[in-house]
Amino acid sequence: MKFAVIVFPGSNCDRDMYFAVKDQLGAEADLVWYKEANLANYDGILLPGGFSYGDYLRSGAIASTSDVITQIREAAEAGKPVLGVCNGFQILLEMGLLPGAMLPNEKLKFMCHYETLTVENADTMFTRQYEEKEKIQIPIAHGDGNYFCDEETLQKLQNNKQIVFTYDQNPNGSVGDIAGITNEKGNVLGMMPHPERAVEALLGHDDGLRLFQSILTHWREHHAINA
Amino acid sequence: MRKVKIHITLKEGVLDPQGKAVHNSLQSLEYNNVQDVRVGKYMEVMVEDSDNLEAEIDRMCDQLLANPVIENYSYTIEEAG
Amino acid sequence: MPSMLEISPEQIEEQHVYREMGLKDDEYASIRSILGRRPNYTETGLFSVMWSEHCSYKNSKPLLKKFPTEGSHVLQGPGEGAGIIDIGDDQAVVFKIESHNHPSGVEPYQGAATGVGGILRDVFSMGARPIALLNSLRFGSLQQPRVKYLFEEVVRGIAGYGNCVGVPTVGGEVQFDDAYNGNPLVNAMCVGLIDHKDIQKGIAAGIGNTVMYVGAKTGRDGIHGATFASEELSEESEEKRPSVQVGDPFMEKLLIEACLDVIQHDALVGIQDMGAAGLTSSASEMASKAGTGMTMNLDHIPQREENMTAYEMMLSESQERMLLVVEKGREEEIAKVFRKYNLEAVAVGEVTDTKRFCLEHHGEVVADVPVDSLAEDAPVYHQPSRIPAYYEEFQRMENYIPKITDYRETLVNLLKQPTIASKEWVYDQYDSMVQTNTVVTPGSDAAVLRVRGTNKALAMTTDCNSRYLYVDPEVGGKIAVAEAARNIVCSGGRPLGITDGLNFGSPENPEIFWQMEKSVDGMSEACRNLETPVIGGNVSLYNESFGGQAIYPTPIVGMVGLIDDVKHITRSHAQHAGDLIYVIGETNAEFGGSELQGMLEGKHFGKAPSLDLKIEYNRQKQLLTAIRAGLVVSAHDVSEGGLSVALAEKLFENEFGCEVTLEGEPVTALFSESQSRFIVTIAPEQKDAFEQSVTDARLIGTVTENGVYRIKQEGVVLEEKTSVLKEAWKGAIGCLVKSKV
Repeated sequence: MKFAVIVFPGSNCDRDMYFAVKDQLGAEADLVWYKEANLANYDGILLPGGFSYGDYLRSGAIASTSDVITQIREAAEAGKPVLGVCNGFQILLEMGLLPGAMLPNEKLKFMCHYETLTVENADTMFTRQYEEKEKIQIPIAHGDGNYFCDEETLQKLQNNKQIVFTYDQNPNGSVGDIAGITNEKGNVLGMMPHPERAVEALLGHDDGLRLFQSILTHWREHHAINA
Repeated sequence: MRKVKIHITLKEGVLDPQGKAVHNSLQSLEYNNVQDVRVGKYMEVMVEDSDNLEAEIDRMCDQLLANPVIENYSYTIEEAG
Repeated sequence: MPSMLEISPEQIEEQHVYREMGLKDDEYASIRSILGRRPNYTETGLFSVMWSEHCSYKNSKPLLKKFPTEGSHVLQGPGEGAGIIDIGDDQAVVFKIESHNHPSGVEPYQGAATGVGGILRDVFSMGARPIALLNSLRFGSLQQPRVKYLFEEVVRGIAGYGNCVGVPTVGGEVQFDDAYNGNPLVNAMCVGLIDHKDIQKGIAAGIGNTVMYVGAKTGRDGIHGATFASEELSEESEEKRPSVQVGDPFMEKLLIEACLDVIQHDALVGIQDMGAAGLTSSASEMASKAGTGMTMNLDHIPQREENMTAYEMMLSESQERMLLVVEKGREEEIAKVFRKYNLEAVAVGEVTDTKRFCLEHHGEVVADVPVDSLAEDAPVYHQPSRIPAYYEEFQRMENYIPKITDYRETLVNLLKQPTIASKEWVYDQYDSMVQTNTVVTPGSDAAVLRVRGTNKALAMTTDCNSRYLYVDPEVGGKIAVAEAARNIVCSGGRPLGITDGLNFGSPENPEIFWQMEKSVDGMSEACRNLETPVIGGNVSLYNESFGGQAIYPTPIVGMVGLIDDVKHITRSHAQHAGDLIYVIGETNAEFGGSELQGMLEGKHFGKAPSLDLKIEYNRQKQLLTAIRAGLVVSAHDVSEGGLSVALAEKLFENEFGCEVTLEGEPVTALFSESQSRFIVTIAPEQKDAFEQSVTDARLIGTVTENGVYRIKQEGVVLEEKTSVLKEAWKGAIGCLVKSKV
């Protein structure tokens, strides 16, 4: 399985994502500069964190209008796994691939520390290696992580089991304690916490590794069936 | 050339932490008559005039300048010079 | 501003216009004699910034020469953007600290943000990837609304810039004292990692080669920033606001990536960032270092504003700009590298063999001066020095021992002192984990980052207890270096070297100059004894507020250490209940400049704690050997607040308790700030091995499961739940910030 880590001007967790996939997961990965992307050759798309275009205007807004977006949309429609972390999540929201929008954290401060998350849906291609309701430790690092959507959308997210991760102690004011959601089809995941930062015990925790392992095992099974 | 003055505001019902913080500060400065504060954005866009300028500005706002999930926009068009 | 070109050389001399730019009469006279004529307005400007303290070190040079700067592992000492130390495997660590005090005092968000931006450029212009940022901050009392505002905005500014560029902010320190009420200190340190083959120099070599400009356009921001930084803050400083620069971290991020690409290109000859004094210093220093000259055509400088004069362009301190020297004829290859990142690299000049710095604008020569006269010929002042009366009085004082009845209450109050209290409110706003190398995050003695792809790690810290330096600058200077080394050793590292951020008041005040001399003497001696050469740094003088109140002497030590194997990484907090607690080192009644003295008396006086550098060195060596042998579970140095505070800090993370028995007079045993002490925890089965290895360690008790902090001496002296102590320590700064004044 081969991953593309999309690099926008201002992305800054691109290399972290790349190392997580390559060194810890043991899968293939390329850093793909947004202008030079040909995503047809990749099996999974990773949108890393950072401050694309300085997060000027709104977090993720300018990146969501760049050329590579069409290809990301196509990959999502083709059912390929698309994971957006932090700024990547913000871009997915601005693209409209996921519902809702991001507001500044309730306390108006950037915050960086570990949070306890609950795995609300362990039946997705991103979470199959977790137990349902399992508590995991994943760090957050964001200023605009206050997820917002209207009542109706929230209801839909709940009914479709699209809410994948919630915070145990809501740090930023997100509606429904939401930390991560998928699209209806379940192949696009956006989350504010950084699983790629929690893949080695040396750096604190490795609970994030199973997220990447889930994608890989899902792909292998799926691929084996198709073959 | 036209100068388009665009105001982007948070939709009603969307929590505005910045507005809340400003409101609190104003209250602590004893402006007790302040009922509410909402913080928005203001932009000036210099653009060549065209027949369907308004439609074009609407598109700009919908596509990029405002996020329709949380924001409203309004604008005025002036002669630049 | 009126058109500068209209002011004639004669007017500059007759009306002493040069004085407004910060030049003294005799400095102007020597410029006139260097040129053999009167300088024009632009030329006067060039000299005024290059001969400012900030760029020329004219007041501090004689002192800086005292620092030991050499070592077998030093690849680059002072003089380039940043110093470099070998860490083996053809890799090296690059680091430097720099102050941004004056801009931060006037416009704290941008002042702090651009301080971070500047130090990053110093490091990546050497060819290194920045891997970590640290900040050493000093503020006045958080009771004051203005101080509170400065504190919040400085932290927000550091976060805003550092988080965006994707370099983790992993450590530093924040101290609060009335001495900084009118003049905060913001010193930012950057650490980078480099392969030996990639080391760059800021030189303009190769006659005929092309000078290229890349990055943000030049505006009128920060004009005379370097001279501004060399003046005392005054009411007028507020009006100088327009001269504070605005940072664009997004531009910086693009510059980092593009510059790290471009250094792999063989057409690049030299690269330097445009820091203080902007184009003037980068261009003239690059030529001076290479022994060449340079001609620039200012018409080609990318300009953000209209009708900029030569003077304005040369003195602008617009941020996020770099100057490159490129092989002639290969400009397009370099421009292409930058174009990928939407950055434009523009040819603006040429390297010449004239040894002159020549500027053209609108078809006229607007400046033509010997290049070395700007970079090398600044005057050097040997300022008079005088022992301050306060110091002599302090030396004569009886030893001060505070009288305390309630030890528990005293400990709780100490833990709430903002200098001691948890800095979580600060560092939670910093992305400390990006780049995924951070093993020990902020809040420990030193931050630790693994070196990816190796078994090694780097420990880094900033330290300076300026209260000791105030009561005795020489001893305090030694302590600053020793404490930094202790923090590195506690983390399992061997100290490699230091960068120094020297912050003082006005050198023209003989008593301040005496503080500078003595601080440098003390630091130099410590650096020699602890084998930590000074590989670079920064001097910030004239840190005085309205009314001439100078700050405490604050020479901040930024230190980096090498951990040979990630297995040796040691944390400061206790890891297991049942482990034995040892104190290493003697405790005497030493309260001069202590946290407790400040808390009880509202001022600092007396003698500083004594320090024996031989003992310090041997003790650090013994402890490091024990750590490497796997005998030590956790290690923490004893600093502000003494043993009782250090012990509490060891227990907070896991909310353990302790059962400790004290020897000697309790106030001294609990709160004295005697130096060269450590507190460590040891697994019971390692007792004998540890005691043989560290000879002056003394067993004082055990870590307990029950969460009760208990200290005994013929009965209970101090008892409290660890959770209660932690609450006081953890919430103190947040409370002070939120509280209405």
